[in-house]
Amino acid sequence: MNLKECYAALGGDYDGVISRLRSERMVQKFALKFLADGSYDLLRQSMDQKNYEEAFRAAHTIKGVCQNLSFSRLYESSSQLSEALRSGWTPEADVLLPQVEQDYLLTTDALKELSKEAGA
Amino acid sequence: MNNEKKQAPKQKILIVDDSELNRAILADMLGDEYDIIEAEDGWQAVETLQKGIGISLVLLDIVMPNMNGFEVLDIMNKNRWIEDIPVIMISTENGSSHVERAYELGVTDFIGRPFDALIVHRRVVNTILLYSKQKKLMSMVADQIYEKEKQSSLMIDILSHIVEFRNGESGLHVRNVRLLTELLLKRLVQKTSKYQLSRGDISIISTASALHDIGKVAIPEEVLNKPGRLTDEEFTLMKTHAEIGARMLEDLPFYSDEPLVKAAYEICRWHHERFDGRGYPDGLAGDAIPISAQMVALADVYDALTSERVYKKAIAHEEAVKMILEGKCGVFNPMVLECLTDIADTLQQELHNIRAAQNDRDIRSIAEELFRHEELGASERAVQLLEHERTKYNFFAALTQEIQFEYNLSPSMVTISAWGADKLGLPEVVMDPYSDQRVVQIFGKGLRGLSDALRSTTPEQPMVTYDCKVCLEGEERWMRIISRATWSVDEPPRYMGAIGKAMDIHEAHMKLAELEQAAAHDPLTGLFNHARAKKIIRERMESRPNGQFALVILDLDHFKNANDNYGHIFGDRVLIHMAEQLRKCIRGGDIPARVGGDEFLIFLEYKGEAEPVIQRIFTSLLGKYEDFPISVSMGVARTADVGNDYEELFHAADQALYAVKRGGRGHFRLYDPSMKEMLSVISPMDSETGESGAGALPKEEEEA
Repeated sequence: MNLKECYAALGGDYDGVISRLRSERMVQKFALKFLADGSYDLLRQSMDQKNYEEAFRAAHTIKGVCQNLSFSRLYESSSQLSEALRSGWTPEADVLLPQVEQDYLLTTDALKELSKEAGA
Repeated sequence: MNNEKKQAPKQKILIVDDSELNRAILADMLGDEYDIIEAEDGWQAVETLQKGIGISLVLLDIVMPNMNGFEVLDIMNKNRWIEDIPVIMISTENGSSHVERAYELGVTDFIGRPFDALIVHRRVVNTILLYSKQKKLMSMVADQIYEKEKQSSLMIDILSHIVEFRNGESGLHVRNVRLLTELLLKRLVQKTSKYQLSRGDISIISTASALHDIGKVAIPEEVLNKPGRLTDEEFTLMKTHAEIGARMLEDLPFYSDEPLVKAAYEICRWHHERFDGRGYPDGLAGDAIPISAQMVALADVYDALTSERVYKKAIAHEEAVKMILEGKCGVFNPMVLECLTDIADTLQQELHNIRAAQNDRDIRSIAEELFRHEELGASERAVQLLEHERTKYNFFAALTQEIQFEYNLSPSMVTISAWGADKLGLPEVVMDPYSDQRVVQIFGKGLRGLSDALRSTTPEQPMVTYDCKVCLEGEERWMRIISRATWSVDEPPRYMGAIGKAMDIHEAHMKLAELEQAAAHDPLTGLFNHARAKKIIRERMESRPNGQFALVILDLDHFKNANDNYGHIFGDRVLIHMAEQLRKCIRGGDIPARVGGDEFLIFLEYKGEAEPVIQRIFTSLLGKYEDFPISVSMGVARTADVGNDYEELFHAADQALYAVKRGGRGHFRLYDPSMKEMLSVISPMDSETGESGAGALPKEEEEA
């Protein structure tokens, strides 16, 4: 799986990111870094502990990173979740969280594939 | 091998974003050309900016923990950092209200996510260029002021040199007079504020002094450079140079209001006046002669004496000063002469320096300062001065070995001197110290106490001295914190924070506690003395008005025998022994004390009956010390019988003791009202006098 295929798998905008960040090398470097980003864990943890202020920031951070990397699918759901949490908990937040989880797993699975091949 | 490129240091960009990944992307885009400093949240950003390390640009996110981007901008505005440091906001928050607010708070640019690498790069470069251009312009303006000043100074020099040239003087006369005038004036303002001279005035007078002899251009050459003595007629002609010079300046079509021209006029006209009124042209006396002219007159005379002229040889420095002081060159203001005496020792050295170094001391002005740092603009120089102050402060702070601190309320942060931080085991900057576990652990409740004390100060009386216990490396120590609250200047004043220092006063404090301890205790036995016992007993009864208390007064039987038969040292040992026995037989809350001599008291609380407790104490006190048999008499009074007044309680116990003594000693009795009329054993009225009252035998005789 190459970078382009990876973007297709995770529902991202490959052409968009290449035109903005200019180099495939750079995009790949930072896309893979996403695997080490702790924001998702922080989101889950904060939701469990009902710390919605922290959860908002975590969702917001995921949104920002996804926006930069054009991970469109996860951007969409994390963006909705962060809006739902902007002023504390709302019922939508609980509905939106599973979608974010699903998209996150999809994204990281694709990135892990990419990482394997890049490492190989 | 020598291929090191001498590069200008890279400009610094501060990237503030809570996502490491976002920071990394930006750093990657800019890291080749700039030094990247990262901050994870608003606090760290402010902390970095506070250090004043010369950040050229800030890239700022909005949503962050602890302190968001808008709050950072608020602080940058309050501290006016925003004027020197451009900020580009990068955010997912693209709503127009956010963008608008950011611009209102002074950001230079707003970039929404997702950003384009090229655009970010371009805008960063442009912004930094724009700002450095502005700084360059500022320094160019400063340079031009300097340049202008240098040129006007040059013109004055050329003009006065023409005069010198015509006079056949050494060419150094103008220089020397100027330097002498400056040195004398500087000394004068140190000695007196009478003449109200600012640094600017001194500079103007010194510069104007160069023109003191311009009137000489109108004096015929034969007179001016005549090798021998001048005739009276020639001298009269010569003397006109003062007025002529003044008139030349007065007649200037422009600039006659310039301070420089005014000073030059005074100097030209009156630099030959003397303090006693015997000079020329106007015969002014005393301080009617402007101080500028008085100083130049002295400088002129001194330099004339020490220089070689067509009609005379140079006179040595010491001789010249002596001649002037002796009044051989006319009378000068005593204050002015004092200035000359004060600087006489360094004068030669200074003049020598100026002769040797053909440097640019010509331009004695603020611009000279700038000249030294020609490569730096004004704002950079301010940064450098600040840096210098900081170095100085740190140096002295390190030397004094004190914990110095500066607390800032908004954002809540404390900066501690390097030595202090090391001593406390804290970092030099602590954000939000009131909720920082490390700080709380060290200062405990003292932190709140200090804060309350500082907040209750006023701008007029902002000082606070606060003693508290702190915990250092697990050990409790007493510290004294001397602090000054800082209040804003607006109305009403707001509490802004504080500066201060903390000193370890543990040793002194413990010494004080020891003294207090000594004042409360009987030195021989270490028990409380009567005064302290009385105080504690009263407090005890007040705090528990319904408690069942008993006061026991006891007296060592036949103690006089111990003293008489074995000596006083032995007697003391018996008392110490008694005190020990007393401590052993009472319970924790009971209060033992030595009343005086061989009398002791015990204050105790009991439940139910008092007698068994008293019996137990009484029994355990009996025995022997070496060969000396110990037997005691005890009088007991209960609050249940006499109430909670200490004096009455004591009096009652005393009376009970007296009853015991009358009954043959060696036992104890509880007070009952039938004893009321008995006399006291130890109450002051008859225990000391030795006189026998009705039925009461003085103690000492009783033993016999």
